Amino acid sequence: MSQHDQSHQDHGVKPYVIGFVLAVILTVIPFWLVMQGTLDKAVTLWTIVIFAIVQIAVHLKYFLHLSLTTDDGRLNTFTFLFSALIIVLVVGLSVWIIYASNAMMMG
Amino acid sequence: MFGKLTLDALPLHVPIVMGTLAVVAIIGLALVIAITKYKKWGYLWREWITSVDHKRLGIMYIILAQVMMLRGFADAIMMRTQLAVATNGAEGYLPPEHYDQIFTAHGVIMIIFMAMPFMIGLMNIVLPLQIGARDVAFPFLNNLSFWLAVAGALLVNISLAVGEFAKTGWIAYPPLSGINHSPGSGVDYYIWALQISGIGTTLTGVNFIATVLKMRAPGMKLMQMPIFTWACTWANILIVASFPILTGALAMLTLDRYLDFHFFTNDLGGNAMMYINLFWAWGHPEVYILVLPAFGIFSEVISTFSGKRLFGYTSMVVASGVISILGFIVWLHHFFTMGSSADVNAFFGVTTMIIAVPTGVKLFNWLFTMYKGRVQFRPPVLWTLGFMVTFTIGGMTGVLLSVPGADYVLHNSLFLIAHFHNTIIGGAVFGYMAGFAYWFPKAMGYKLDEKWGKRAFWFWQVGFYVAFMPLYVLGFLGMTRRMNHTDNPDWNMWLYIACAGAFIIGLGVVSQLIQLYVSYRDREKNRDVTGDPWNGHTLEWSTMSPPQFYNFAKDPVVSDIDAFTDMKEKGTAYQRPEKYKPIHMPRNTGAGFIMGMLLTACGFGLVWHIWWLVIVTFAATIVTYIKRCYDKDVDYYVQPDEIEKIEGEHLAAVETTLKA
Repeated sequence: MSQHDQSHQDHGVKPYVIGFVLAVILTVIPFWLVMQGTLDKAVTLWTIVIFAIVQIAVHLKYFLHLSLTTDDGRLNTFTFLFSALIIVLVVGLSVWIIYASNAMMMG
Repeated sequence: MFGKLTLDALPLHVPIVMGTLAVVAIIGLALVIAITKYKKWGYLWREWITSVDHKRLGIMYIILAQVMMLRGFADAIMMRTQLAVATNGAEGYLPPEHYDQIFTAHGVIMIIFMAMPFMIGLMNIVLPLQIGARDVAFPFLNNLSFWLAVAGALLVNISLAVGEFAKTGWIAYPPLSGINHSPGSGVDYYIWALQISGIGTTLTGVNFIATVLKMRAPGMKLMQMPIFTWACTWANILIVASFPILTGALAMLTLDRYLDFHFFTNDLGGNAMMYINLFWAWGHPEVYILVLPAFGIFSEVISTFSGKRLFGYTSMVVASGVISILGFIVWLHHFFTMGSSADVNAFFGVTTMIIAVPTGVKLFNWLFTMYKGRVQFRPPVLWTLGFMVTFTIGGMTGVLLSVPGADYVLHNSLFLIAHFHNTIIGGAVFGYMAGFAYWFPKAMGYKLDEKWGKRAFWFWQVGFYVAFMPLYVLGFLGMTRRMNHTDNPDWNMWLYIACAGAFIIGLGVVSQLIQLYVSYRDREKNRDVTGDPWNGHTLEWSTMSPPQFYNFAKDPVVSDIDAFTDMKEKGTAYQRPEKYKPIHMPRNTGAGFIMGMLLTACGFGLVWHIWWLVIVTFAATIVTYIKRCYDKDVDYYVQPDEIEKIEGEHLAAVETTLKA
């Protein structure tokens, strides 16, 4: 109970501003790419995917305060990675299993 | 008014069930009369039912587990005698619709309501003490988890008296468990019993992870936690990761049954295979949830009774972690025969085989711990040695089954039944028995009688081999599981032997009951005065037996894995601090019990479609919870003079014993 004050560290406005600016940039560039339509469709798609992944990382760092340096941040980071791993394993392998079974029976 | 519930739901025409109910009623009535006569209701309510003390909750979990073990074991004896009687085409004494409920109940009870509470009970008693904490992170939540487990167990037992239990096997695969093929109340009892107790288990997992992360004694690094605590921590991570899958799968099955959804039906886009997939995505991690803490117990037992430090602590922790992760990617081996592609089967076959490697590492660590040690052959060590032999055999038949080609031959045969009993009894149950004998003096204040403990072990060990080795043979002879009667002369002899084995195990169970009685009778002689009866290594042995309700008068400062051995060597054990500080403790609360009982009624209403009961009890549960959230009077301070009195008496007793 005495740890109550420590667990809610004051992050200030700074990370939110940096995060916001980065998020805007990371949104505008793919948006602009699609509007221009100069690039090949497949290339555009992959670019959007890459920007989206970077976007996720930005949100996690600046808005959700995941980090490997502070105690709280480390706990949150590991919790996040753990959930991600479990989701990838359970959903990924399940999709593979059912898709393959379906292919065996219907194909 | 009563939904689907009518008088027909009462088993008035089934003599076996009525007889059982009569016995249960008589025992229950005797208990009620005894408690009333000795005026213990208030004591029970104040000290146990409402208790948030992890040690008390642990004891109640283990009582629940042992009561349910008697029920599950009675089911086992009935199945084995039925199969021994119903040979050569005879029908036996259990008609199929009753027999099907018995094997389903046996599986559900033994896994969910015997093994789980036993494991969680031991973890409750020991884990906070091992890390030098005063309680778990969320004491009220711990109490609530326990009563949710009881709610599930109550629903399973109510199904004996009102309606029926599932006839689907403990996995309840659709379409058999769907509403078309199982229109009765059985599958609904199954769903709500698992659902309510499963939520309790998930909460326990969260609670204990928070406990080890936040409440370790000053100085204790993660890699200095006692090995049992580490094993439980891996199990808790698996609980948090896998139990929500079960909750989700059962929720979808519920929607299929109650609201005409089509997640797992054959028409309208459903896929029954998805249920099988999700069930085992929980079911396989579940067996590691059961066995990892048992591995932790063996590690503690073997190092204590060899008088040595555990060999390969770090490799033990890492091996448990590898088992946890691999245990999460092997589940398809339960349904190789579903017919997914060769790539899928090969992937899951190989991951399954690899699990044998970290498990082998553990086995060698235990052997090296005993090497050149002075091993004392007390009952916990006997259980450990019995485990090492038995579990190795179970592991080898498991690797055999992990070859998809071999599995196509052996799937659903009695070979499989022999295999998983070999690992769950030889691994998990033997571990809990070892832990029970090892920590009994810590929890209760006196040691268990060793003579009856050894008898119990030998009956169990011999009975196990006589009961289950014939099943391997029967599997090779082509006998499948869940058969009600047989007509094959080649099988008869093996069925008779297996039945005899079940009765030998029965003698083991009886020995354990006698052991409890004898130990209680001779408790003054076997009293554990110092709190350290085995010259233990870890912090739980530095407390009184049973421990002070606040566990530690002063936070222990830890600088070694074997923290208590370290203290004894440095001479800092049993020191009297100059003055005691007030200790912050949680207050008992009835909210967990009330919510558990309300949810039992709610589950009963859901089974029988008594909607007013469902709405009223569910709303009352929420109200109870909110009321508890606004309760400001949840803690208090133990004052130094009270601590000084308790500690003074204990230290004086320790000094007299150590001098003598």
